[in-house]
Amino acid sequence: MSPSFSEATRARFERMLARYPDKEAAILPTLHLAQREFGHLSGEAIDYVATLLGFTPARIEGVATFYTMYNRKPVGKYHLQVCRNLSCSLMGAEHLIEHMSRKLGIKPGGTTADGTFTLSTVECLGSCGTAPVMQVNDDYHEDLTEESIDAILDGLRQEHG
Amino acid sequence: MELVLTTHFGNDRYRHADTYEQLGGYAAMRKAFSMPKEEIVAEVRKANLRGRGGAGFPAGVKWGFLPKDLSRPRVLVINADEGEPGTFKDRLIMSRGPHLMIEGIVITSYALTIHNGYVYIRGEFVREAEIVQEAIDEAYAKGYLGKNILGSGYDLEVTVHRGAGAYICGEETSLLNSLEGKRGWPRVKPPFPASVGAFGLPTIVNNVETIADIPWIVTHGGEKFASLGVEKDGGTRLVCVSGPVKKPGVYELPVGISLRSILYEHAGGMQDGKALKAVIPGGSSTPVIRADEIDVGYDIDSMQKIGTMAGSGGVIVIPEGTCMVRALSVLMNFYAHESCGQCTPCREGCGWLARVLRRIENGEGREGDVELILNVCDNMMGRTICPLADAAVMPAQSFIWKFREEFDRHVRDKKCPYGNTF
Ligand SMILES: Cc1cc2nc3c(=O)[nH]c(=O)nc-3n(C[C@H](O)[C@H](O)[C@H](O)COP(=O)(O)O)c2cc1C
Ligand code: SF4
Ligand code: FES
Repeated sequence: MSPSFSEATRARFERMLARYPDKEAAILPTLHLAQREFGHLSGEAIDYVATLLGFTPARIEGVATFYTMYNRKPVGKYHLQVCRNLSCSLMGAEHLIEHMSRKLGIKPGGTTADGTFTLSTVECLGSCGTAPVMQVNDDYHEDLTEESIDAILDGLRQEHG
Repeated sequence: MELVLTTHFGNDRYRHADTYEQLGGYAAMRKAFSMPKEEIVAEVRKANLRGRGGAGFPAGVKWGFLPKDLSRPRVLVINADEGEPGTFKDRLIMSRGPHLMIEGIVITSYALTIHNGYVYIRGEFVREAEIVQEAIDEAYAKGYLGKNILGSGYDLEVTVHRGAGAYICGEETSLLNSLEGKRGWPRVKPPFPASVGAFGLPTIVNNVETIADIPWIVTHGGEKFASLGVEKDGGTRLVCVSGPVKKPGVYELPVGISLRSILYEHAGGMQDGKALKAVIPGGSSTPVIRADEIDVGYDIDSMQKIGTMAGSGGVIVIPEGTCMVRALSVLMNFYAHESCGQCTPCREGCGWLARVLRRIENGEGREGDVELILNVCDNMMGRTICPLADAAVMPAQSFIWKFREEFDRHVRDKKCPYGNTF
């Protein structure tokens, strides 16, 4: 079935559209809405956004692929994005990434077989004073240690059931 | 010590309009509405407020570049992309004192006859964008945004626009393309944003901190702000300290304070058992300095005199025991990843730098590799559409100039003396 926005998202979309002078400027916010609604930006999702805004899918695709936050492929329920830039590295990020890889049995870029976790490395998250840092979906987790990561992952696993 | 921004950041309610107002907020806006517009701009000029986004351009001077005629509407864009590694201050302003920024937007827009503002917030800052949006909604509800603000007949719309993960979008023309719904490719300048910016309209782009300073300047006067800092660089700065110091974090300090005092008094000095090796003083794009160079004033001109920059205020502390090849390799991976690819010297050059450094770090460096890096740098510097290429070159050159023996040793011994790890 081809994707489409729920009524609530549709209403958000309309309100957002009214803030901009043209539909082109609404491309990034619409892609954000689409990713939130559909989980990732599949070809069908791109087509849907293109139709909504009146652009070719190629035009929308060209924008979506430029930005790292738009996931063209499915990601796990929890997307663990660990900063690997300098301040975090100085505070032990490399070891934490190895620890997470071992614990989850996946390499950065991979997703656990049950679809719960995707592990990624990212560039500076703008939170270097509380390094090492990772972003899990919308939220930052700061001052990470192996112990705090274990607690976070175990907590999320329980939530997932 | 006089504080411009952070006095109430410990108060959890300060992010809300009611508390902000009880503590004196939005009084500057009322004052500004009673001032002639030119006078507001004149105060900002007197303040010697230099842009806090990294380039340090005087805000009042930039504002003067808008075309004189008002036939085309103008736009204000706030740069909240905060992507420069080592920098995490705009996040603090947005989460602890968003109304400082909003009040600054109202005053600036009023002074420059602007009716549309956009706050471009990096996509990862989901929570910060929510807090800013809530604060904007409160300001609308109080009649400080929207139509006929305070009965003055003046209208202003402000919209939050979220980025989607791209360091380059912090560069102002890339940011404008991204706001317009395009790929974040920097534009060839001229034309400068002040004449052709967002949606083809004359546009002022300012950093969050720059704009958040405006209410204080209006309240206390430009001269007072200027007097907090040094000649030609006024006010305070939010200095971000990261790395293994006792108290990493954001410190609001007078412009011109010594870097030594930032590190050893405010940030508490090095963690136990660590010694200082080097400092990247103004975000990852600024030239590294050695531990014996920190007796310098933290202001734009003093830092420039010793060959580096105060940049975006991001002080990255590097301890003894850190492999400088590895540290630079991490940074060059970053620039290679973030180059937008439009210019050959940047696209190819950043890739080369990352690859050659990786092989040196892995003990596979070849004779002449260090020279190769310096040559690649020469071919990148100043030859591109935007300054990202220079931003990669400055750390690359300075790491080699200041720590050459470490690079040579990696190549000679065919291994990393630090064991290939942090
Ligand atoms: C590669 C690159 C990244 C930048 N990133 C940022 C950023 O994240 N935030 C910012 O305010 N300025 C950033 N800038 C500087 C902006 O281009 C621009 O100078 C600034 O937003 C102007 O505001 P200001 O004068 O108030 O500092 C960046 C510049 C370059 C070249
Ligand atoms: S210098 Fe690099 S980032 Fe800037 S426009 Fe050229 S290729 Fe893109
Ligand atoms: S280096 Fe990791 S958050 Fe900045």
